[in-house]
Amino acid sequence: MKITAAEVFHVAQLARLDLDAEAVERFSEQIGTVLEYMDTLQGVDTEGVAGTSHAISLTNAFREDGVKDHLDRDAALKNAPQSDEEHFLVPRVI
Amino acid sequence: MKLYTLTLNEARNLLQKKEITSTELTRAVLDRIRETDDGIGAYLTVTEEKALKAAEKADLRIAAGTAAPLTGIPLAVKDVLCTRGIRTTCGSKILENFIPPYNAMVIERILEEDGVILGKTNMDEFAMGSSNEHSAFKLCRNPWDRTRIPGGSSGGSAAAVAADMCIGALGTDTGGSIRQPASHCGVVGLKPTYGRVSRYGLVAFASSLDQIGPLAKSVPDAALLMNLIAGHDPRDSTSVPEPVPDYSGFLEEGLQGLRVGIPREYFEIQGLDPDVEKAVRGAIETIEKLGAVQVPVSLPNTKYVVAVYYVIAPCEASSNLARYDGVRYGFRNDSGAGLLPMYCSTRSKGFGPEVQRRIIIGTYSLSAGYYDAYYGKASQVRTLIREDFNNALKGCDAILAPVAPSPAFPIGEKTDDPLNMYLSDIFTLSANLAGIPGISVPCGFSGEGLPIGLQILGRHFDEGILLKIAYNYEKATDYSLKKPEISPGK
Repeated sequence: MKITAAEVFHVAQLARLDLDAEAVERFSEQIGTVLEYMDTLQGVDTEGVAGTSHAISLTNAFREDGVKDHLDRDAALKNAPQSDEEHFLVPRVI
Repeated sequence: MKLYTLTLNEARNLLQKKEITSTELTRAVLDRIRETDDGIGAYLTVTEEKALKAAEKADLRIAAGTAAPLTGIPLAVKDVLCTRGIRTTCGSKILENFIPPYNAMVIERILEEDGVILGKTNMDEFAMGSSNEHSAFKLCRNPWDRTRIPGGSSGGSAAAVAADMCIGALGTDTGGSIRQPASHCGVVGLKPTYGRVSRYGLVAFASSLDQIGPLAKSVPDAALLMNLIAGHDPRDSTSVPEPVPDYSGFLEEGLQGLRVGIPREYFEIQGLDPDVEKAVRGAIETIEKLGAVQVPVSLPNTKYVVAVYYVIAPCEASSNLARYDGVRYGFRNDSGAGLLPMYCSTRSKGFGPEVQRRIIIGTYSLSAGYYDAYYGKASQVRTLIREDFNNALKGCDAILAPVAPSPAFPIGEKTDDPLNMYLSDIFTLSANLAGIPGISVPCGFSGEGLPIGLQILGRHFDEGILLKIAYNYEKATDYSLKKPEISPGK
């Protein structure tokens, strides 16, 4: 197997996903098949080839660092699952 | 005359000659949605009241003689584009109740011209899928055969155009999500050059690949929609400050002397359906008869395209989707056990299985010890794929190819086999990896009566050449005029 159930569980935790045992098993098999297929890339000669992260070459897009109108606080808080009138609220951290 | 069957250009002429009003047209399309969509599932949200108000406003503007090209035209918008005050779900439970506080740039453009937004269309969750079966809310069916998928991820937009439930539509294409559903539903779909259309307000899936484009009933309709949405926008730093031509202006040019490349590797793919091959080869012959010259070209790295894409896109997705943490917007699931468990249960319950799979593949490929072997290697091979296209397009003006290896497949056929689903994207992924534009135009039907599309690929910012070839071909054939017969009921 290309990826073990323990690895899938660990990576899911890194990505903040809780998987139950059934999902871990199903994903290990499906993701294992996909990763095996990805191995076809290992045979490609890429010696000295630069990577592409964007297909269109653009230089940096600069702008003036000026003050502009932004979302007001009420609008920004409107979609929050939990907020008071000023803040996003989260479960207790410490 | 049934107003909902009008093309965008026909509707525009009638509106501007004042032979119909936008209110009449919008009502006709809304009635059509009401009568038809229960059996299709193209829309996630229909904004009837807002649409009728917009139509009324458009009628006043037309009466005042200040109409813009899209004034009064009823359009469908994929539910991945932010619409202020209108729920934008991205096909996901995690955004089920998200109401954006701002509009995407393309929505601003529609509203500036007083176009009419009918509603938000169904899609694969976060645009991840080739069948629309990964929508968290409901199935979308192919209007030509309701036991089959409409394609994805812009399946709702393609089905809405095909079933006359809008006059035109917007979709997005990260690996074929406009072109493949357009092909499966028998409509025209254009993915512009990366950077041609601002991604501002488009919910991100894979930021180096995502691009917004039109789905339409005809090639001239797609050209008009491109005129609306193309252009530079400083709010998207990857938006390109190239001048925007009048895309409708390319349509009347002929094809004499144009060189069209035929990529050998595309016709050697295992599993290429004979009906698809026949239809595409027939289209190539027609285009040759119209004056173009065939040139054999080679895209030698085609065999690596699926592997490269399905490393890079999940990597970018796993990073983009980290923002869904149940804090600032979207769904939250809190068991009271603290912050970290809240993140985990929110994301596990909010994302569907395909999105979770891709997040895991992406996180794994980016993690220490695997980065070079997966993401690093894939981005190098992406360079080779780009060079393939640069080289091929030196010897020709455009490339002709299939869109998908087979016509629309039956619902459920590939859902348990992600790799098999990914492999069906072989012909569309490379345009996104190389950043080039691509169009799908109807070019025939399978033995079972399912639509087949021809794909035309071109150089960066050569949308005009694609539209010209597609329009000359469309005029010489009648495939775009064919409509599905939709039986009533679910």
